[in-house]
Amino acid sequence: MAAHLKKRVYEEFTKVVQQHEDLSAKKLRLTKPSKSAALHVDLCKATSPADALQYLLQFARKPVEVESVEGVVRILLEHYYKENDASVRLKIASLLGLLSKTAGFSPDCIVDDAINTLQNEKSHQVLAQLLDTLLVIGTKLTENPSVRMRLVEVACKHLTDSSHGVRNKCLQLIGCLGPVEKGVAKEAESQAAKDVQKIIGDHFNDQDPRVRTAAIKAMLQLHERGLKLQQAIYGQACKLLADDYEQVRSAAVQLIWVLSQLYPESIVPIPSSNEEIRLVDDAFGKICHMVSDGSWVVRVQAAKLLGSMQQVSSHFLEQTLDKKLMSDLRRKRTAHERAKELYSSGEFSSGRKWGDDAPKEEIDTGAVNLIESGACGAFVHGLEDEMYEVRIAAVEALCMLAQSSPSFAEKCLDFLVDMFNDEIEEVRLQSIHTMRKISNNITLREDQLDTVLAVLEDSSRDIREALHELLCCTNVSTKEGIHLALVELLKNLTKYPTDRESIWKCLKFLGSRHPTLVLPLVPELLSTHPFFDTPEPDMDDPAYIAVLVLIFNAAKSCPTMPALFSDHTFRHYAYLRDSLSHLVPPLRLPGRKLVSSPVSPSITPHEDPSQQFLHQSLERVYNLQHLDPQGIQELLEFTIRDLQRLGELQSELAGMADFTATYLQCQLLLIKALQEKLWNVAAPLYLKQNALASAAAKQIVEETYKMEFMYSGVENKQVVIIHHMRLQAKALQLIVTARTARGVEPLFGMCEKFLQEVDSFQRCFISELPRMQGSFVDKLLDLMPRLVTSKPSEVVKILQTTLRQSTFLHLPLPERLHRASANIIEPTGESDNPLRFTSGLVVALDIDATLEHVQDPQGTVKVQVLYPDGQAQLIHPKPADFRNPGPGRHRLITQVYLSHTAWTEPCQIEVRLLLAYNSNRSKATAKVPKSTWNESMEALPQPENGIEGTIPFSKPVKVYIMPKPARR
Amino acid sequence: MPEIKVTPLGAGQDVGRSCILVSIAGKNVMLDCGMHMGYNDDRRFPDFSYITQNGRLTDFLDCVIISHFHLDHCGALPYFSEMVGYDGPIYMTHPTKAICPILLEDYRKITVDKKGETNFFTSQMIKDCMKKVVAVHLHQTVQVDEELEIKAYYAGHVLGAAMFQIKVGCESVVYTGDYNMTPDRHLGAAWIDKCRPDLLITESTYATTIRDSKRCRERDFLKKVHETVERGGKVLIPVFALGRAQELCILLETFWERMNLKAPIYFSTGLTEKANHYYKLFITWTNQKIRKTFVQRNMFEFKHIKAFDRAFADNPGPMVVFATPGMLHAGQSLQIFRKWAGNEKNMVIMPGYCVQGTVGHKILSGQRKLEMEGRQILEVKMQVEYMSFSAHADAKGIMQLIRQAEPRNVLLVHGEAKKMEFLKQKIEQEFHVSCYMPANGETTTIFTNPSIPVDISLGLLKRETAIGLLPDVKKPKLMHGTLIMKDNSFRLVSSEQALKELGLAEHQLRFTCRVHIQDPRKEHETVLRVYNHLKGVLKDYSVQHLPDGSITVESILIQATAHSEDQGTKVLLVSWTYQDEELGSYLTSLLKKGLPQSTS
Repeated sequence: MAAHLKKRVYEEFTKVVQQHEDLSAKKLRLTKPSKSAALHVDLCKATSPADALQYLLQFARKPVEVESVEGVVRILLEHYYKENDASVRLKIASLLGLLSKTAGFSPDCIVDDAINTLQNEKSHQVLAQLLDTLLVIGTKLTENPSVRMRLVEVACKHLTDSSHGVRNKCLQLIGCLGPVEKGVAKEAESQAAKDVQKIIGDHFNDQDPRVRTAAIKAMLQLHERGLKLQQAIYGQACKLLADDYEQVRSAAVQLIWVLSQLYPESIVPIPSSNEEIRLVDDAFGKICHMVSDGSWVVRVQAAKLLGSMQQVSSHFLEQTLDKKLMSDLRRKRTAHERAKELYSSGEFSSGRKWGDDAPKEEIDTGAVNLIESGACGAFVHGLEDEMYEVRIAAVEALCMLAQSSPSFAEKCLDFLVDMFNDEIEEVRLQSIHTMRKISNNITLREDQLDTVLAVLEDSSRDIREALHELLCCTNVSTKEGIHLALVELLKNLTKYPTDRESIWKCLKFLGSRHPTLVLPLVPELLSTHPFFDTPEPDMDDPAYIAVLVLIFNAAKSCPTMPALFSDHTFRHYAYLRDSLSHLVPPLRLPGRKLVSSPVSPSITPHEDPSQQFLHQSLERVYNLQHLDPQGIQELLEFTIRDLQRLGELQSELAGMADFTATYLQCQLLLIKALQEKLWNVAAPLYLKQNALASAAAKQIVEETYKMEFMYSGVENKQVVIIHHMRLQAKALQLIVTARTARGVEPLFGMCEKFLQEVDSFQRCFISELPRMQGSFVDKLLDLMPRLVTSKPSEVVKILQTTLRQSTFLHLPLPERLHRASANIIEPTGESDNPLRFTSGLVVALDIDATLEHVQDPQGTVKVQVLYPDGQAQLIHPKPADFRNPGPGRHRLITQVYLSHTAWTEPCQIEVRLLLAYNSNRSKATAKVPKSTWNESMEALPQPENGIEGTIPFSKPVKVYIMPKPARR
Repeated sequence: MPEIKVTPLGAGQDVGRSCILVSIAGKNVMLDCGMHMGYNDDRRFPDFSYITQNGRLTDFLDCVIISHFHLDHCGALPYFSEMVGYDGPIYMTHPTKAICPILLEDYRKITVDKKGETNFFTSQMIKDCMKKVVAVHLHQTVQVDEELEIKAYYAGHVLGAAMFQIKVGCESVVYTGDYNMTPDRHLGAAWIDKCRPDLLITESTYATTIRDSKRCRERDFLKKVHETVERGGKVLIPVFALGRAQELCILLETFWERMNLKAPIYFSTGLTEKANHYYKLFITWTNQKIRKTFVQRNMFEFKHIKAFDRAFADNPGPMVVFATPGMLHAGQSLQIFRKWAGNEKNMVIMPGYCVQGTVGHKILSGQRKLEMEGRQILEVKMQVEYMSFSAHADAKGIMQLIRQAEPRNVLLVHGEAKKMEFLKQKIEQEFHVSCYMPANGETTTIFTNPSIPVDISLGLLKRETAIGLLPDVKKPKLMHGTLIMKDNSFRLVSSEQALKELGLAEHQLRFTCRVHIQDPRKEHETVLRVYNHLKGVLKDYSVQHLPDGSITVESILIQATAHSEDQGTKVLLVSWTYQDEELGSYLTSLLKKGLPQSTS
């Protein structure tokens, strides 16, 4: 039995194989040069519809060249008429559509044929497909109004078809191609496609919901194409809101919205009364009603659209937040109202007693309207919705409306604050952001502030940071509020010490916004006593610093405050002003040495003295370039030191100072290298110095890359100087090699390469050259004709002299310059517990880092892991791991997978962030016009332009890990 | 006239002991079978003798439907099926079927073991009863028999709560059970499609209340707990084991997670553990958040909530304890309350309603000195808070559901009469549907107007739809055919076929009508004027002027002759077959109005 079965299996198997061979043989034929001929042959050969369908399917898999499209279309049409099977015709129809999409093919020649096919078609599906094809053709021929008119006429004719698919497609076609320029349409052609709007409007009451949807969509399509919809359809659209099908309702909501934007001020009657209201208000009410629809798709749609209806009158707007509460037929106040009352009465407790929310006055049963017409409570419902999509949409809408209406902003505050406790983090985050956006219009009450501050303990860093941002720009009404905020922020600080910076920043703004509210709190905050000296607080305590930041910022605009300070406060001020200058503003302190106020009072407050200093020291360097080498070196060294110190002190100027310091450093290295004596002596004797010079050259090259890619705000002016410096370094390298290398062969290559670089430099920065008088490159370019023809040894000689004679270029400073920096927050590198894992398996290490002033972090930031054995691993984080909390700031939250063979004891690995660069993407070259760039690429292979590298730009963090041997 | 009869055996103008009899198109269905918490005598169960005095209940009922597992909706089930005797099918959702026996067993234990009652159902009876249960899925249409079908919709309220649609032919009834239109921390909101039932039977617990947003309540609750815990105090939350307890657990659990809190949370009683197990299992019945995140972590696998041990109550430091029962009248919650009441740092939060006479009610009404057994006086120094977490739809929610379902009639149950009165009035006023609120034992009869399905031959349908304009849903369409009622079925066939089937000869029926027109001109001129007039008016019809001097409009013939006596009057003879009755009568009325004067 079993054997028999087996045999059968084999039999069947072989059969299958045969079929395969059959198919592949046909495939070969298809690749013949003439597609249409091959197709024709195939289709003629096909014995059954199934066969023909197979051929067509195979055919569809391959692209068709533009030239042969028409031929193929003719063949297909020919078969179309012959074919009896609907499925094959359907496939042909869809192929026609696909073919007419071919880029470069103009389908005017097949329009007539395509329309003709419709005539005798009986199958609804094929008809629908053909209409789809016509749509494709029509969209390709939008410039041809007569074709469009014809197609629309055809579509109108088929609108009476009994199949929903056909009517659907007809409407779609009319929507996409119907004449938009009304009135311009000539009388002759306008008879058939009289008024597309009316034709489409007639199908709003079609029996099939899909057709109704298509009709509304077509109407919207017309609107998008610029046709002004008639107000008359408003009534129809309103009826569609009560449709049984969600897609119809969803489309109808859109249509109503469109109409409300078109005719905001028209007057519409309210049914069942003689009153009239503005259309936009009516539409607003209707869309609000849809926020409590049965289908969440419609709810999302409605909630989203509400946000963009800004013309609505405030009376309606405020209704959206209204919900009359009652209990046992007696009016009840909402928790919000109660909170407000409690606040104004000075009490602070709620819900303590069970009768607290006891209903008050009796309600007239007749007056209660349970199903309210209009906007009542739309947002109350939307914000409590089951689906978070709806809630987010509602929050967004609330935000948009509140931004345009301050009174509404004030009213929606309670609801937004409530959303801070949503169960889904996205919603919470969204509502915090929203609140921040509308913060100009609002002042927080104490009880609201209390709720807001409660969220500070959230374990999600995103939420906390968003909240800090929010607090930065909120208005608080009372001094208790400030105190409360401070207390909560300090609590937050103790719980999450990593939030330090963010909290300080937050307090800085809080202080400077509310100086008068902080003033009465100062004695308490500093715990000063009128008679007794209190112990001096610890200066390194982040909480104390936080308090001081608040006070000092408030004191800036409140001159009476410093009188309340005790002695040590002044000392601490001096210290903080120095160490945290970005958080502590300069103060005028009475009766004290003005610790930080400028020495010369002539300087206007606008001009920062430190900026002054920066420029002065640079001037000094640039002016003194003809001093003796020794003097230059010393001056450079001092200036570099000054600049570095300045960068540490003044964070706003750090970028600028570092940038210039690096440049001067490069210059210094270059001068030093050129001072070497080796130039006068035979090379082999001075191998050591030699090493020094080549090291200097190498370092300069590295530094120039850093200058070019690590700073944001570098302009072309700077780039040219940087490139120039790099060129000098390369020249130096060449000279050094020439001195040490044996033989001339390697020199040939190097020389050529160098000259190419000079050449490309000239091409890239042609516009900048006039400003580089007397520089290295200027001189070099003068000598260029000579250089090209001379031997390498001569070239080297020339280079050497030019390098020595060349002047020191002035580095112009851009407006803003920021150094890219990264700070790894997690892992902290303080843990003594090794991360244990089985060797050969992977362990995930969470990395959390903040990046500042990095452009395009997704493309450039990499994570490097260095193992103790020197092995290095480079990880590209996913683009989704980067978040953008503010301009110029990014946050990287990612996981890196570590793995290693077993170790005997735990050891530390280093994790750091790298900034990858590619000189191809250099800012300078990007600005060169495309054409020249392409030409040069073709002319010269430029290996230099492809250099890729990485710059470490964060402090490495050590992580203790321990791969254990696997247990057997 | 067909009718639907509804008789509440319980829950008619009352809360508790839900049990509603519905007879619809000859089928009898019992909706819910609950007990009343307020009584300990025979009144606690519905009076099943109403259904039949003698004879098996099975013969009188086609099926029993249980909406959810609360005892006031299923408490009498074992008594009904095992002691009174019912063998027919009982329908409930899967979670209800899973949790129901746990609660019934608990109820039995309290009644029999604690109160020492006899003549109560036994554990075995519960088991036997559950064997008769057929579990249904959401939105699954279950055929009870050939004609009767039921379908469950999501109702929120508690895990597994469902609304049921009962349908026989074209008549249908929707029973909501208890439902909640606002989502909470663990369940979604009730939802129903536009099923347009003849009758919607809805609960109306909160008929006169419009509730505040849930968020405020939640926030207040969390804030209070958080503050107390931060102060180092202990929080006692008396709850009933199922339903709200899970919601509060989720609420606290997520809050603890969010805020990174460390204070322990305990949950007493073993009953809950079993039930929690089912909550973990029936993830599809929970809300969006839990459904979306259960792959990473099932929210009901509590990280912070641990089982409670009696000894923990004396532990120092802050903690939160959920303890049963909810009204502080006995058991563990009362024990813990006595231990903690003396310390003002502690707090008790009552999450629900308390019956008069319980400790819960006393402390809520502000009593600070309680007399316990043994003449002890307990001074309550701890804070007492009240938080209402109820999962019933409020007045707005009820109206919203009615709006969604679009019923033709509404019937209110499960609420107080006075409150129902208000809601009834509102419903009638705003939806223009009739609304009923029968008391227990009172029968409401609702006349329905069911549509009767008729078979139509495809040929006839196609032929008829081809005539004239496209079919339009909003307008009724006139059709010509013959209705044959034979062998209990209706068929609409073309008249030719009907004649053939019945073996009858066809007779032509023509209407003729004379219309007098004052027109001094010659006959053929009159005809021409009539022709022009008709052509002008009836644009959509084919109007022809025949060579023999007559006019046809479609198949209607119009001839004009001069009046024998008065040459100034022309007599128009209009003749049409009965099929064209509509057009014919229109035409005559048109002609009777006379011709417009300005035609020449």
